[in-house]
Amino acid sequence: MIKKHNKLTKLLTMVFLTLIYIFLYLPIVVIIFFSFNTSKLNIVFQGFTLQWYGVMLQNTGLMSSLKNTVIVAISTVVISVIIGTLAAIGMYRYEFKGKGIVDSFLYIPIVIPEIVMGISLLAFYHILNLSLGLLTLIIAHVTFAMPFVVVTVRSRIAGYDMSVEEAAMDLGATRLHTLLRVTLPIIAPGILSGAMLALTLSLDDVIVSFFTTGIDSVTLPIYIFNKVKTGVSPDVNALITVIIIVTLLILLLMRTYEAKSQRKGRI
Amino acid sequence: MAPMSEKVMVELHNVDKSFGENKVVKNLNLRIREGEFLTMLGPSGCGKTTTLRMIAGFEDVTTGTIMIEGENVVNKPPYRRNVNTVFQSYALFPHMNVFDNIAFGLTEKKVNKQEIRQRVTEMLSLVQMEGYEQRMPSQMSGGQKQRVAIARALVNRPKVLLLDEPLGALDLKLRKQMQVELKHLQRKLGITFIYVTHDQEESLTMSDRIAVMNNGILEQIGSPDQIYNQPATKFVADFIGESNILEAAVEIADGANLKVVFETGYAVVKATGFTKDEAVYISVRPEKLKCAAAAVPGFNLKGVVKEHIYVGSIIKTIIELPDGQELIMSSLTGTPLIPPGETVWVYWEKEDTVILHANEERIYNLSEQVPKIEVRA
Amino acid sequence: MSTATTPEIRLRPNANPQRQHIPLSRLAPLILMVGPAILWLLIFVAAPLVYVFVISFLKKGTYGGVVASFNFENYLRIFDPLYLNIFLVSILIALATTALCLIIGYPFAYIIARASSRNKNILLTLIMLPFWTNSLIRTYGWIMLLRTNGTFNTILQSAHLISQPLQMLYTTGAVMVGMVYTLFPFMVLPLYSSIEKLDHSLLEAANDLGAKPGRAFLRVTLPLTAPGIFAGCIQVFIPTLGYFFISDLLGGGNSVLVGNLIKNQFLAARDWPFGAALSILLIVFTIILIRLYNHFGGRIENITS
Repeated sequence: MIKKHNKLTKLLTMVFLTLIYIFLYLPIVVIIFFSFNTSKLNIVFQGFTLQWYGVMLQNTGLMSSLKNTVIVAISTVVISVIIGTLAAIGMYRYEFKGKGIVDSFLYIPIVIPEIVMGISLLAFYHILNLSLGLLTLIIAHVTFAMPFVVVTVRSRIAGYDMSVEEAAMDLGATRLHTLLRVTLPIIAPGILSGAMLALTLSLDDVIVSFFTTGIDSVTLPIYIFNKVKTGVSPDVNALITVIIIVTLLILLLMRTYEAKSQRKGRI
Repeated sequence: MAPMSEKVMVELHNVDKSFGENKVVKNLNLRIREGEFLTMLGPSGCGKTTTLRMIAGFEDVTTGTIMIEGENVVNKPPYRRNVNTVFQSYALFPHMNVFDNIAFGLTEKKVNKQEIRQRVTEMLSLVQMEGYEQRMPSQMSGGQKQRVAIARALVNRPKVLLLDEPLGALDLKLRKQMQVELKHLQRKLGITFIYVTHDQEESLTMSDRIAVMNNGILEQIGSPDQIYNQPATKFVADFIGESNILEAAVEIADGANLKVVFETGYAVVKATGFTKDEAVYISVRPEKLKCAAAAVPGFNLKGVVKEHIYVGSIIKTIIELPDGQELIMSSLTGTPLIPPGETVWVYWEKEDTVILHANEERIYNLSEQVPKIEVRA
Repeated sequence: MSTATTPEIRLRPNANPQRQHIPLSRLAPLILMVGPAILWLLIFVAAPLVYVFVISFLKKGTYGGVVASFNFENYLRIFDPLYLNIFLVSILIALATTALCLIIGYPFAYIIARASSRNKNILLTLIMLPFWTNSLIRTYGWIMLLRTNGTFNTILQSAHLISQPLQMLYTTGAVMVGMVYTLFPFMVLPLYSSIEKLDHSLLEAANDLGAKPGRAFLRVTLPLTAPGIFAGCIQVFIPTLGYFFISDLLGGGNSVLVGNLIKNQFLAARDWPFGAALSILLIVFTIILIRLYNHFGGRIENITS
């Protein structure tokens, strides 16, 4: 009896999980599937082709949106990781008055609705007379990504034994040498996961970008948003497919690196 | 085997340290001589680790001076002080192997590669870790890590080695073994060791002198023998080993003889320097306590045997006095035991009494605090 | 004081003059490290939010922009039945989305949390994977699936289950699907971590004390995972109010949510003061929810929008 009951539960669990994962992957599978469709209308599958992977390279609007997306993402990662890591180390290392305020300050961009951040930056750029473009977009992305970097790096270095820094200084290393030879190498994996988070957030953002981008700095999601009503051509599907494959490769590399650094005992 | 010299290696002069409102070290004066093994002993929060960290340079002094080899170092950062530290948590660099860990200080000093190799190898053999060069810290046991940490500090040939509860994380058996090894190492190298621990047994085994601290104050400094047998304060008597401490008042002070009365009896002991009606503490070690079926001349302290507790080779007998205070008497297993419930008269040899002033500020004369230490082979 | 491992940065007012420069020189690394982040947040988070707060009390200019004239009109306009209705619909959709995410997400998170550690990693990675693709792109995927001549209708028609294509896109149902789809992981992850933390021996204890599995779930599992449930609900509920692009793309013009309303005030109607007032309302709403969450023992670190 009990065994039968267990088998049924197991079966139901499997069905349930499968359905959920189908739900999660369906839209992506459809996009990839239609990137190989010969029909330009992108509706009925007519036959297999790779032509859209060539066409997408000729689509200047699409390519420039890709370029903008990459520029914004890389700038966001670099700036937010530098500022965020420094802040995380500083806040982990020092006790100072007002630390609690800084702390809750950090959570504002994390908890306020994205649309509010978007419109507030739009309004703010307006009074600064900053015309919307790549710069305003990068500033906006750093603004929402940096607090996440601080939080991530800080939680990853929470297990970091500060006495190794004292040990380094005790052994004759100056503050700078201590930072370069000891602190940074040890917390590198934490910084990397902060960087990956910043990258994800930047690539995934729609709402804040929507308000802070200019006509010449359209990113890929905004490009698609603008095209959806008039119809998206399959070369966009092709580009998305390429991006998904690249993302998977990056994730795979990350996993390998993480496993390696875990064996080495880093954080 | 370096002979112990008269040279003062580290000197703390009127050192105070506070964190905000909290005073953790109060007017500390200490002289530590070259080649000495000094232990700073006390409960957690007594200021011993802070003192060590001030000598290392990780903490500023609030006021006072710290001299190392006659030079005031209070404004020097840790990397400019010729002392090295062994941390409780080992603090090995997790991203470097054993060789790179030990070589760290030498590479900072830009010592040439060949010399580094030679000195690291030398150190590894000193701490009996040959062949471990390529190991990562995560692949070693606590004891092995500790050896590497010691090698990493010693390779720089410091004048003073600071050890902050270095054996605290090891299990009892390994700790005992490392205590002996550390002591031998110190004798062999002749380096001044300043060793922080809260383990009184450890301090008694290893030290030339022990500085007992409590609440930021230096309670007593002296050889293990002095600390154990002539505790200067109630705290020291209580903290080091087990003690029966009785509150008493001096009834008769007649030359060398002193009659003290307790809540429930009296004793006549030998001591000078006490006055009539003064409040005192009488401290007697459990192994010195005796009991008899009838009152012994000079003593009148009655109690009831409550129970016997077996602790390995000794038996602890708990004797309850009429006012409820419990005394501990220890005897070797095999001695005939008095059955619980029987009334006994407690006594001890007059010279085994430690008698302490109950209300007196202790004033330390610095010159008295550095007794001659014999050079031991 | 064996616990003091961090150098203390605090200027002591009564420190003697000779020592005063030492804390300052120690303050320099702190300022260099934390300063840029604080400055950035002040300029690009605090200042814009203050500005939005200010313009919510001003008046709309003739050609967009704002005119300085202090009034509460923008807040009063929210009580216009037209806007009240939008609020009501938004909240209903957000509540329904939250409820659906919770109902599907709880058993899902529970199964993952109780899986073997190898399976657990695989299952978790599989949830996160789609979210490495931009949410708008995935919404575009739903359009391809749902539209009149889209994948679902094609399949249903060729299976002869329907003769006429169903109107799936541009319905409230489509908006709900899009919202649940996009926000699902924000529900699952906090649930997962709270269920994972749950000590299994507590359930065994409950069983041992005579509670049947159902009772044990109600009396032990549910209360102990409540912080995860609340965190998940906040993380689904609040964004749903603002995710205008989902209702734009999947709902057509049929669903106007608070997010769309705010967006339109800033882009189409150019009525910034009213949009600002709506945004302030959204912030107040968010703060209240987070306060409630904190009040019931939740930790702010577990909330991300």
